[in-house]
Amino acid sequence: MATADHTLDEVLNLAATHFKVPREQLTPDDDFFKTLKIDSLQALDLLTRLEHHFNIELPDYELQGVSDFRTLASRIQSRL
Amino acid sequence: MLNLDEYPSLGAALRAALDRWANETCLIEADRDREKTRLTYSDLKDLALPLARAFEDAEFTPGDRLAIIMTNQSKWLISAYAVFYCGGVLVPLDYKLTPAEQLQLLRHSKARFLVVEYYLWLAIMQSPEFKGLNAIAIVTEAPLGADLAGGHRWEEFRREGDPIFAPRGRNDVACIVYSSGTGGRPKGCVLTHENYLEQCKSLTAWFPFWPGVRYLSILPTNHAIDFMVGFIGPFVCGACVVHLRTLRPEFVRAAFVRYKITYLSLVPLVIKNLERSLKAKFDELSAPKRFVLNRMIAINRFFTQWKPDLPLSRTLLPQVHKAFGGELRAMFTGGAFMEPSTLQFFYDLGIPVANGYGLTEAGTALTLNDFKPFRADTVGKPLPGVELRILKPDAEGIGEVAVHSKTVMSHYLDDPELTAETIVNGWLLTGDLGRFDGTGHLQLFGRKKNMIVTEGGKNIYPEDIENVFEGIPVKEYCIFARNYLWPMGILGREMLVLILRLETGQEFSDDLKNEIIARNRQLPDFKRVGGCSIWDQDFPRTASMKIKRTVLAEEIGKGRNFESAVIEL
Repeated sequence: MATADHTLDEVLNLAATHFKVPREQLTPDDDFFKTLKIDSLQALDLLTRLEHHFNIELPDYELQGVSDFRTLASRIQSRL
Repeated sequence: MLNLDEYPSLGAALRAALDRWANETCLIEADRDREKTRLTYSDLKDLALPLARAFEDAEFTPGDRLAIIMTNQSKWLISAYAVFYCGGVLVPLDYKLTPAEQLQLLRHSKARFLVVEYYLWLAIMQSPEFKGLNAIAIVTEAPLGADLAGGHRWEEFRREGDPIFAPRGRNDVACIVYSSGTGGRPKGCVLTHENYLEQCKSLTAWFPFWPGVRYLSILPTNHAIDFMVGFIGPFVCGACVVHLRTLRPEFVRAAFVRYKITYLSLVPLVIKNLERSLKAKFDELSAPKRFVLNRMIAINRFFTQWKPDLPLSRTLLPQVHKAFGGELRAMFTGGAFMEPSTLQFFYDLGIPVANGYGLTEAGTALTLNDFKPFRADTVGKPLPGVELRILKPDAEGIGEVAVHSKTVMSHYLDDPELTAETIVNGWLLTGDLGRFDGTGHLQLFGRKKNMIVTEGGKNIYPEDIENVFEGIPVKEYCIFARNYLWPMGILGREMLVLILRLETGQEFSDDLKNEIIARNRQLPDFKRVGGCSIWDQDFPRTASMKIKRTVLAEEIGKGRNFESAVIEL
């Protein structure tokens, strides 16, 4: 199973690729709504990409109240 | 449709509907592409009455309040029907609020019962503010044996035998709906059975439902719009409500096709998302195909300029309509600002968006576009039975919108002072600025009140979020809506601004900015302030030390403009 750090790194990579943002601009504690300039629907879209990548299913409510990459990665990690 | 004039309450009307449409499909619930539940009206009755019987056993009496904190799903509506059957008062709470906010509103509403989804109940139980509940919690979808802190599993909370139907009158309270007030002064709108029955009558006069109609319920059901057009309206007409347990755009798009949706309500954010994805698909077309599409759109625009012609639009633009399931008649939106160009984009495709205007205090909708003809730059005409006035119009005819209608709430819960300020001589003062054009359509130009409505349709009052910034190292602070400080004369581009009065000699340092950013992130994303501004004078205050907000806002607005005053966060 991937380590938490590895999962976090993959989340950051995937977000950077999907939203065409340089990877080095993203840090774990960034507010992804602000850094990626996305709205809540685009955040759900990111969730879908992450599901495909990690081969898991994340209910929408897992994103409720989550706005930084680190917490998002921990939600994914708990389902791996 | 039932003749609603014959019924004294929502409970009585719904009860008649369940018998009249017994064999019609009433609810479909899907999680992503998996259908989980399909119920007829008769099935719904079979699920709701044992629940109502269990409420009775738990000494739920007419007039008792039951709060619901759930995402859109069949158990929301089943529970609500059981409450109305028992003569209860429903308190629909927003599932997107934080647990602390939900607990505050539960206390304020004095709800004796709570129906809540398991994952939301877990969050409430685990929050530091949870010190037990003065209500009986009934938890849906909880795993067997889960610790529910004394709560009951919804699936087991049922009793054999016939519950007694509790008749209610038109002036009895049906719901308490919070339009704001999680951090400041709770605004619980007390709405009567008459409010809802009259609203339902006027809405369905313009947009009828009938057996076979399928309404896709995406807006939260606690929201006034979905409660009406995703529950009461379809039910009293024998139509079907489709619930999706996800808001992922790809599954929403698939649901249109799978369930051949007739109507749905959306917030501007989702409509814009749909527009973006459609335009992206159009851009992928080859030049000749794009040319043909543009010609078909132009022809459709020409022939529908006076009123929609759905058969013609479906013939001219079959691929577009197929992507929406082929049966879509209209999408409803309201509450927040909608770009006229977006509305026009969909109308030209033969998918009319009925843009309206309403507020929780007045039921659901006050005005709606009737498409005769379609006007993208307005929020439509007053619905039947709704009287609107423009108070103290200026030279351009713009003034505060006031409403007189049987749909206007009875009062604010436990707040006679606020009620008296808001409902004056039978007219509800909306705090919104508007004017009527020559054809009787209402145009909105901003707000007189200090609040914003987000693209996601949420009302945010600055006073409700100020406590998050308590203790930041400044002399004093407060929050305003941008439009309240610097009226733009239009809706849209709404934003909250944190006004800071620094200590003598204090600089706006990076540490302070980072502290503000950290506090801001404690708020849900839709409630965050967008910028801050340094103000160089002490805030004017009343004798009891309350900030004189109106005076301060005027001073700030006069002193500087938005661009030079606000530092983006």
